[in-house]
Amino acid sequence: MSIETMAMAKAINAGLHAALANDDRVLLMGEDIGTLGGVFRVTEGLKAEFGENRVLDTPLAESGIVGTAIGLAMRGYRPVCEIQFDGFIFPGFDQITTQLAKLTARHEGALSLPVVIRVPYGGHIGAVEHHQESPEAYFAHTAGLRVVSPATPHDGYWMIQEAIASNDPVLFFEPKSRYWQKGEVDLAAAGAPLHASRVVREGTDATLVGHGAMVSVLLTAADIAAEEGTSLEVVDLRSLSPIDYGPILSSVQKTGRLVVAQEAPGNVSVGSEIAATIAERAFYSLQAPVLRVSGFDTPFPPAKLEAAYLPDADRVLEAVDRALTY
Amino acid sequence: MSYTEATIQLLSPEGKLVQSDATAPYLEKVAGLSDDRLRDFHRQMVVTRRFDIEAGNLQRQGQLALWIPSLGQEGAQVGSGYAARAQDHIFPAYREHLVGRIRGLGPMKIIELLRGLSHGGWDPAQTGNFHLYTLVIGSHALHSTGYAMGMTFDGATGTGDPEKDAAVLTYFGDGATSQGDVSEAMVFAASYQAPIVFFLQNNHWAISVPVERQSRTPLYLRGTGFGIPSVQIDGNDALASYAVTSTLLDDARAGKGPGFVEALTYRMGAHTTSDDPTKYRESDDLKFWADRDPIARFEAFLRARGEGEAFFAEVAAEAEDLAADVRARTLALGSPTADSMFAHVYSDPHPLMEEQAAWLAAYEASFEEGAE
Repeated sequence: MSIETMAMAKAINAGLHAALANDDRVLLMGEDIGTLGGVFRVTEGLKAEFGENRVLDTPLAESGIVGTAIGLAMRGYRPVCEIQFDGFIFPGFDQITTQLAKLTARHEGALSLPVVIRVPYGGHIGAVEHHQESPEAYFAHTAGLRVVSPATPHDGYWMIQEAIASNDPVLFFEPKSRYWQKGEVDLAAAGAPLHASRVVREGTDATLVGHGAMVSVLLTAADIAAEEGTSLEVVDLRSLSPIDYGPILSSVQKTGRLVVAQEAPGNVSVGSEIAATIAERAFYSLQAPVLRVSGFDTPFPPAKLEAAYLPDADRVLEAVDRALTY
Repeated sequence: MSYTEATIQLLSPEGKLVQSDATAPYLEKVAGLSDDRLRDFHRQMVVTRRFDIEAGNLQRQGQLALWIPSLGQEGAQVGSGYAARAQDHIFPAYREHLVGRIRGLGPMKIIELLRGLSHGGWDPAQTGNFHLYTLVIGSHALHSTGYAMGMTFDGATGTGDPEKDAAVLTYFGDGATSQGDVSEAMVFAASYQAPIVFFLQNNHWAISVPVERQSRTPLYLRGTGFGIPSVQIDGNDALASYAVTSTLLDDARAGKGPGFVEALTYRMGAHTTSDDPTKYRESDDLKFWADRDPIARFEAFLRARGEGEAFFAEVAAEAEDLAADVRARTLALGSPTADSMFAHVYSDPHPLMEEQAAWLAAYEASFEEGAE
């Protein structure tokens, strides 16, 4: 059988292992990713197997990691950078948005920059400041970047390999609260391309869309709703840039109602973009306004308040109720 | 912040070779230069200065959006540029017109960039490994360091074959030394012993801010502080620039790790044509540096070696020809088509680019005669 059960951290590790084994131009680089195996152990064992010139324990400098990865990509390598925590990406933000994102256009296509930036992101882990954020909208807003986020071990295994195979820069947001939940991984077939969104639960009364850790919240909400006689369809976004609107539009044409959920603050967010696009493209199918369920427009609060900050199944269902009774 | 006791000068402002214990090993490098190559040094400086002036004039006449003069920095650029071998890679800042010329970058590529027709758009593989200009100060120091790390991982350095071994030469200015990326580049370069030479043209001004605001220590000591062998040179001395850069590049290619050159020079003109240096600096400084002009001293050096008038006349004619050619070609430049905006944002197909390019094409077509 090609089906194995494993946690997402292990699945991504296996995906990285496969990429390193298949292409000797693939390099991993980041803080503590080598000997330690990364603070989340996603790269565990890879330095021992592939050596310090394939799995680089870098100096502690995010701009340096991304900037040297750009140079390595110019040299023909396919670097995979790990940013240790979401809130630490900003020292590298300039290199990502003004250099990595634009260099292919600046070279008028003479140069591809196949750089992957892995970012453990999101809340639910009770950590200190800068360790629970969801900064994906900044990157989805930037032309030249691709942004994806797996929600399951299966997608973790396949999407990391597809991201590395992409000839464009990919921001790879890993929902760190889902690292240790196990799931089935089909090692023989990916099942969907990197930038496809996917219906992960069928329903008829309203559509829920989310990505990363939010997908499991949406599935829980759908379970609760089903007990109350409401049938919710759940779409796993998977790709935040570009967004695959096909499955979302089909679903909304069927259900007439859409709730978009995300851990990130709602203001100028990925959810905002989806709401606007669905309003443009499916206006006559909608029975209610598209509603967003988001983190608040505050800094991520101290950990003891995260339950009040992060959207849970109840907050999703409150929005579903509003959509159904509009 | 000017010459110190550590400053290496091989050619005095009068054009005479400077003999000392400190200069002896570098003068050996200079002795290896052929007469033709020495003439090349002079030719490239003179021709580039003329090009630079013509481009500045074109900007004043509304033909360019901006010009970035290199006036006064030709000596630092020609020496270091010729120190690089064909297999080396060069990452410029945005003022290294002369180095680009040495490597085979056509002058019109720079003109197109500053006319607003491109963001660079040259392929380093076609321009002697001379990479694109980078306008965000110091960002490319990291790219060049990563590139050099890749050379190490490739085994392209330290093989013992100087005809094959490669290194990276990266340029930046005194203002850039305050950028975090330049410091991070030196951290990574030292940590991985990358084959890279950092070439700092200290032209004393970051637009209007003097170098004293960037650093309280001579800047070559920054390199030393990162554990990188570092040398301060008279940057208006093309021979010092050649010999010191060449020595450090040889070490880098041989696997001995990075080097750092601080070339003391002076930005004789404005930062760019958007700037008015009379608002912030004294003419005394200009006089000091004008007396140390890189071209005048090199000409004196060549004449003392017996170079005849014919050569100087030929170079002057070549410079005039280039200026006239650049002017004519600039006036003949067209514009890119609007759909080129979408062409290279991504390497792989991307739905948004396809949708938006199609929308723009349909929108523009709607204005054509006969459209409804």
